[in-house]
Parts: sequence; structure tokens; C-alpha cells
Amino acid sequence: MRTAQNVIVENDDATAVLRRRVPTRGEVMAEIMTQLGNFRTDDSYVIRGETVIAKDLAIDSLAVMDMVMELEDRFDVSIPMNVVAEIQTVDELANTILKLAARR
Amino acid sequence: MGLFDRHAGLLDAYRDVRTTGADPFQIRMERVLSPTEAIINGKKCLLVGTNNYFGLTFDPSCMEAAIEAIRAEGTGTTGSRIANGSYSEHVALEQEIAEFYGKKHCMVFTTGYQANLGVISTLVGPEDFLLIDADSHASIYDACKQTQAEVVRFKHNDPASLDARLRRLKDRDEGDKPGNRLVVLEGIYSMLGDSAPLKEFIAVCKKHGAYVLIDEAHSLGALGENGRGLCESAGVLDDCHFIVGTFSKTLGAIGGYCVSNDPDFDILRVTTRAYMFTASPPPSIVASVRQALKVVRAQGTQLRKQLWDNVHTLYDGLVAQGFKLGPEYGPVVGVHLPDRMTAIGFWRAMLDAGIYVNVAVPPATPNGVSLLRCSLCAVHTKEQLDHMIEVMTGIGRQMGVLQPKLKVVSR
Repeated sequence: MRTAQNVIVENDDATAVLRRRVPTRGEVMAEIMTQLGNFRTDDSYVIRGETVIAKDLAIDSLAVMDMVMELEDRFDVSIPMNVVAEIQTVDELANTILKLAARR
Repeated sequence: MGLFDRHAGLLDAYRDVRTTGADPFQIRMERVLSPTEAIINGKKCLLVGTNNYFGLTFDPSCMEAAIEAIRAEGTGTTGSRIANGSYSEHVALEQEIAEFYGKKHCMVFTTGYQANLGVISTLVGPEDFLLIDADSHASIYDACKQTQAEVVRFKHNDPASLDARLRRLKDRDEGDKPGNRLVVLEGIYSMLGDSAPLKEFIAVCKKHGAYVLIDEAHSLGALGENGRGLCESAGVLDDCHFIVGTFSKTLGAIGGYCVSNDPDFDILRVTTRAYMFTASPPPSIVASVRQALKVVRAQGTQLRKQLWDNVHTLYDGLVAQGFKLGPEYGPVVGVHLPDRMTAIGFWRAMLDAGIYVNVAVPPATPNGVSLLRCSLCAVHTKEQLDHMIEVMTGIGRQMGVLQPKLKVVSR
């Protein structure tokens, strides 16, 4: 198979070998709450697992994708765009992150 | 639920925009007079938002070439490149663009949008990975919707963010089908006029064995010793596997292209739907673009110098008055304004004062910013731009965007 580049093989250094442990559900939920806090329509609204991100919060699709990028880096996972598009609730987002983190 | 109900939110925002008295999205150029002037609302206006970087829309040699082509070959091809729409001139144009880049292959598309849409969505398929910059053009995002590859988005102009995402793909426990990785970048980003840190990106792509596609839509002519774009000015032309560009900006017409050295590149001609199922560019367009490319090759150095002189005049002038601009000099100068309504109001006031620029507001802009988007032309005069800075400064003070100038009190 032809490949794009002659892949440079690097020795795994200490930082590459060091993988973060799989986060707990609580940690993931807390981080999502922090990220979404700014998008509440009023301060008294409590974000819950069943909160529908695009409907219950004042956040557009681009801002959702930006928030997802922050979460990706926080938990060292990548959530493909087509998967992001199908996520509706905070619970679904947390589940996706936990599932991907466990597969690392 | 009615068909249009889902657009209710956008409709409200659009109504807001129109309450300012003019609709920036339905502006009519009553008569275009030159690359830098047009009649709008019955008044002669200075054009500083038309992507006409070299001012070639009125180049006499390009115009003549187009007229001659119409007389010789008619107004349109009425067919696709894979049917009756491939003329000798299409093939000649493709050879000339390939030669311009020193690449072996070139495919011409009817629009630049279709070039990105078609090439990107076709290059990657199931089990491949497409990595795009967060601030990518709509044509790139639309390609993401068409492809079956998995799409991952990295932070704008952030090679470390790309590196992390390519590394994560490698970490996947997916057995022996790792899939190709295609990274899509832009030479100059169309909203804020900033360039990709291409050398650093290329290094990351090499490390992970990823293919690179760069869209030079706004950088063709403007960057590089020969005007090939960022791939040339960054010295990485050979490391860019696919270069996409457009005829609708520097070259003053419409259409798009993709060049590559890949020996199997031509298979895209029978697999890319945006190429196969649309009529080919008409003879007049092909002729004017071929001539415009000759002008770029013969006079590019001079035109580039004029363009960049104008970039510096406008950028430095606006900064000196206290405007907040995009992060670097570029043929696109984005002026930050605090919110959507201020941007629309500012835009309207400029139009009333006889200056046309683009206004860009969410959701078409990155990070929800509101912008006046100015694009410079090699044939803008210094007087025109000085006048524009003066007008913008006046409006800026009136609207409270700029601090009023304090009088120096002599002791």
C-alpha cells in the first residue's frame, strides 16, 4: 500500500507512554457542567444528565463543537463530528467520552 | 411543523439585521465601474470587500480573451467534463495550472466550492480519517457531510492540537486497518486573514504519515515568490499532496482546481461527483482565466507588491486609530466589532458614506465574533484607503467603538 509519508518512527518517550487513567463518570460530568455553565439561559437553571444541549441551553452547533474540542483535550479522546451530531443530552455526551476513554 | 419552522431562530436574527434599514445579504451592485468602484443605492462606492486581489476583473487582455472565446466557441459547453464538456482549452488550462505549481496533474472544476467539496469528500472514504481546522470554509465542512470517513476537528491554526488528534487515532485499538489520514488546511483564512503555520503543520503530518491538502483560495497570487500561495512562501510545496484553489478571486472569474503529483490522481475524474455531474466552465471563463494566469506570471511581482503596500496602509492605519484587527497582515483585513448589531450598524454607516466592505456575523464567523471584512486590491490607491481609514475612524467614534481623541492641552 502506498502511504502519504515515510512515517518517522519515534521511540516512545516517557510522556507518550504515560497514559492518563480512565476518568470517572463524576469527573466527566463535572467538566461538562463547567463547560456548559456559560450557556445557561438563566442562572437558576440546573444542568442535569437529561438536559438537551441544543434545546435547553443557548448554544449553537458551532459552539457545541468548540466545547467538544475542549472536552477532547481534557480527557484525551477524539469524538468524530458525525458522533457529535447525534449526541443530544449531557448524559449521552458523558457516555461517549467514557466509552472512548475506556478504549484508549 | 412547517417546512420553514426550523429556521425560526435564524429568521429572527435576520429580521434584526434588516431593521438597520439595509440588508447586507441582498445588496445590489447596480453597476460595477472598475475593480474598486461600483454604483450601489444610486451612489458611487469604493469597493473594499470583493476578493479581487489583483484587480484583474477589468484587465483588458483578460476581457478580450473572454470575448474572443465566446465568438469562437459560444456561450457555454452545455455538458459535463465526462460527456461533451471537455474542450481543448479546458485541457490546456489544466496543463498550465499544473505547470504553474510544478505538479504533474490538475483538475479544473466549475466553482472553487465544488473543487473542495468534490476532492475532499472523494479522497477519503470508509475507515479513513479526515482532519479539519475548526475555522474551515463552508465548502470543507460540506465535504465532511458527504464523505464516509470519520471527521475530526482540531483547534484553528494549532499544530499541537492536530498532533494530539493524530496521536489519538494511532492509539485506537482497531486492528490492522489503520486507514488513511487527510489533513485539510487553508493558506489564508477568509474571515480574519490569518495564515496557517504550515511548516509546523507539515512536520506534524510527516510524523504521523498524513496526507496534506491545502486550499490556497485567498493566497493565490498574494503569497510566494511566484504567487503560488502559502505552500510556496512556507517552502513546503513538495510536501503538500493536494493544492486546491479558485479562479474567482485573484484570477477574476469563477471556477476551481486541484493539483497533485499523485500518479493515480486522474481517477478522481470518474469518481468525483461534483466534477462529473455538472456542466464544465464556459469557454469565456476558461479563456479569461488562462490569460489571467499569464498576467500573474508576467506581472505578479509588481501586483503583489502593490497589494501588500495596500495591506500595510489599511492595517497600520486602522491599528493606529485603535481598531482591533485580525492577528496578522493579509489581503483580508478583519475588523472586530463588539456585537452583531454594532457590526451591521457600522457596515450600514460605511455604505452610506460610500464604502462597501463585507459584514460577517455569527454563525458564519469563528468563535461567534462580529466582523467587518475588508479585502484589498492591488489597484486600490493610497488616497482611497486613507479616505476609508478616515471614514471608519469617524464612524468608530460616533458609535463609541473607538475612544474619542483627547485634546492635548498645552501648558
